[in-house]
Amino acid sequence: MTVLEFSLLVCACSLIAGLVGALTGLGGGVVLVPLLSLFFKVDIRYAIGASLVSVIATSSGAAAAYVKEGFSNIRIGMFLEIATTIGALLGATLATHVSTHAIAMVFGVVLLFSAYFARKPRSLAERAVPPDPLATRLRLNGSFPDVDGERTYNVQHVPAGWSLMFGAGALSGLLGIGSGAMKVLAMDQAMRIPFKVSTTTSNFMIGVTAAASAGVYLSRGYIDPGLAMPVMLGVLAGSLLGARILVQMHTKWLRLGFALVIVLLAIEMLYNGLSGRI
Amino acid sequence: MLPGRSWTDQRIENVLGNLLRAGVLLSALVVSIGGAIYLLRHGHSPVDFRVFRGEPADLRDVRGIIGDTVALEGRGIIQLGLLLLIATPVARVAFSIFGFAQERDRMYVVFTVIVFSILLYSLLGSA
Repeated sequence: MTVLEFSLLVCACSLIAGLVGALTGLGGGVVLVPLLSLFFKVDIRYAIGASLVSVIATSSGAAAAYVKEGFSNIRIGMFLEIATTIGALLGATLATHVSTHAIAMVFGVVLLFSAYFARKPRSLAERAVPPDPLATRLRLNGSFPDVDGERTYNVQHVPAGWSLMFGAGALSGLLGIGSGAMKVLAMDQAMRIPFKVSTTTSNFMIGVTAAASAGVYLSRGYIDPGLAMPVMLGVLAGSLLGARILVQMHTKWLRLGFALVIVLLAIEMLYNGLSGRI
Repeated sequence: MLPGRSWTDQRIENVLGNLLRAGVLLSALVVSIGGAIYLLRHGHSPVDFRVFRGEPADLRDVRGIIGDTVALEGRGIIQLGLLLLIATPVARVAFSIFGFAQERDRMYVVFTVIVFSILLYSLLGSA
């Protein structure tokens, strides 16, 4: 394959990954690395570098639209970014020391987890919980616009949420993904932050987390411009397009289909990692 | 929460949102220009990413990337665009330090400085 053919093909696939990622709310990063390493036979380290760059692009590109709605909580975001950036630095450093087989297998497990998360409906439970002393001291409690005026919420289980965020950051740094699913899990499930606040704040955090590991990847030579160019431009275009048409689409079947694709990719990654092909 | 404070929060977030969008669009533009030069010059060469060799030294740090850009190297210009992209969230964090300082929220100025230091360490310290 020539450089031109390769770039066009990778760009088209990245566009689809970004589009479906935005429509399902799962992000495109999680399918990009398996796609590049399994089908385009790209070394997984180059694939991770390119994916990480595209994650920053989607996160920052979408944030502009989200922040105007007033859902994201910058204090929660900044406080938890201490955990995700430290985790990301460690994850990226770890990635340069462990074998590619191990990375492929961890990736497979994370894909299975993402597929499970993709099928799970989001929680909409009303939460009237008393304020937690630590969360109050850290000024994490907030409010967001709802149909009948501002609704306030009290953040719970700060240490558990912080630890999960550290894990999410480490995975992001190790695998070059946004790990949005785990971030939302930490905020929505552990810290009891309303779903809409969790997802928008998570999106805001993904770019900062990825930037923390991108420095390590760049200096270790993992980010190849020839590969990152079509991936980044494709994913960015796809995710911007996805955000536009999201409102008019019924995404239930799409989520189910995407979950199935993720499971298949997970099995491939695990098999290739175990047999030493990646 | 005081109404005055939440208004400031919202205003800061709007500035942040626009900053992020501008950074991403600028970087996409630079990457596209570099990509066009790269494809025009090397479009017909065979592609090979199967074996990991690591990037040459000039594509790994800021000085080398700027040197390649001045020389109008396609790959160097793409890398400059990617560098701008990585710098975008870092700029967002830097602006947040200013935002929290305006609100006289000392605790969050400290938190934000910690995050900013980690990012700087990653970008400069590991180079």
